Amino acid sequence: METIFPLSLSGVSFVPDGTPVLQDVTLAIRQNSRIVILGANGAGKSVLIRLMHGLIVPTAGSIRWAGSEVRPRAQALVFQRPVMLRRSALANVAYGLKLADIPRPERRRRADAALARVGLTHLAARPARVLSGGEQQRVALARAWALEPRILFLDEPTASLDPNATAAVERIITDIHTSGTSIVMSTHNLGQARRLADEIIFLHRGRVVERTSASLFFSQPQSAEAEDFLKGELP
Amino acid sequence: MEALSVAFGLVTAGDVKLLSIVGLSLSVSLSAALIAALFALPTGALIAVGRFPGRQTLTIIVNGFMGLPAVVVGLLVYLLLSRAGPLGSFGILFTPTAMVIAQAVLVVPLLTALTRQIVEDTWRQYKEQLDSLGASTIQATATLLWDTRHSLFTVLLAGFGRAVSEVGAVMIVGGNIDGVTRVMTTAIALETSKGDLPLALALGLILIVLVLTINALAFATREWAQHRFG
Repeated sequence: METIFPLSLSGVSFVPDGTPVLQDVTLAIRQNSRIVILGANGAGKSVLIRLMHGLIVPTAGSIRWAGSEVRPRAQALVFQRPVMLRRSALANVAYGLKLADIPRPERRRRADAALARVGLTHLAARPARVLSGGEQQRVALARAWALEPRILFLDEPTASLDPNATAAVERIITDIHTSGTSIVMSTHNLGQARRLADEIIFLHRGRVVERTSASLFFSQPQSAEAEDFLKGELP
Repeated sequence: MEALSVAFGLVTAGDVKLLSIVGLSLSVSLSAALIAALFALPTGALIAVGRFPGRQTLTIIVNGFMGLPAVVVGLLVYLLLSRAGPLGSFGILFTPTAMVIAQAVLVVPLLTALTRQIVEDTWRQYKEQLDSLGASTIQATATLLWDTRHSLFTVLLAGFGRAVSEVGAVMIVGGNIDGVTRVMTTAIALETSKGDLPLALALGLILIVLVLTINALAFATREWAQHRFG
């Protein structure tokens, strides 16, 4: 398998209609990373994730995968609110594989396996949109996982979920990472960041203010902004 | 009042003349709606999903043509199909085929505009996810058409309702020939002008029941789909 790492952003800005959302971001993400992006609302977390995933294009700077500007297919994004198609849970997972040009028999096998890994085999035939929010997010994780991404982006994946569903999603994210996929996620839940992150990227008003190991970030934040942020957030 | 009771008699007795008129109405308008849908559904979806110059203008034109006067459509199709017209050699003027064509042309803008609206609303929800999974415009369009299938079925019913209740277009291109191109609406117009109110009323009643049934069916479809598929 050819490598797609490092994912490197160099001088990346996103300034639509003159309003800077993200400014001069330079960072690199290595294989097997487990990174949590923290920052207040409007700090640019979602935009950074969408830029890295390739949903939006930076207005300045460059994004390279192992030195190439070609966006690799071996990556996926899980949204805060999963978009479920009006078909069964299994068909939702298989749909992603179809768009990835996986042949039909293989699709079925991989979709079944992915649903099993998120513990939803018993709901495979149910229409996805009538599942609970937590179950829908697990289907979305299965849909992403089935694609066997080298890197998985998650944009506040548990923000709309109750504690039980959140715990289930965190377990699945850990399993995906253990299977060899790099994780880059944003969250507002500091406990979650402590549990899941090896590294923290801290954004403040569209700039990367801090990038450190998670243990250092929570014990000794290096910037005044991060210190204020940690004080202001409820545990 | 007497006319009304005669009308009920005709309906309940299954009058042959009445049944043939109703049958022709249903087959002409159903064919027209289906043929129009074959063109209108993909077109409406592509207008919703595609990003091309003139898209907004096209949307405005299609929306405006929803209220196309049936007689004008009838006149245009008449000119196309008449002996001297470009399609005159087919000799289909004053046949049910001509009526199907006229009604299909009439409802294409309605079906296209409604499809565009429904698909665009869903596209707004789906766009990021489908882009993330790498869907092409064609793949996204196909996915959206399938995912809005229940709403699009009600669009089809709306098209059928519009076709079956119009009188201007079928009158002009069909000619209201007894036993050949006479449908409910043209028969009502003729019988009323002749003073044969019972037949006109009987047909009117059937038409109203039909239109109500279509709406009930559309409502039930939406409810069922919402419950079943979310």
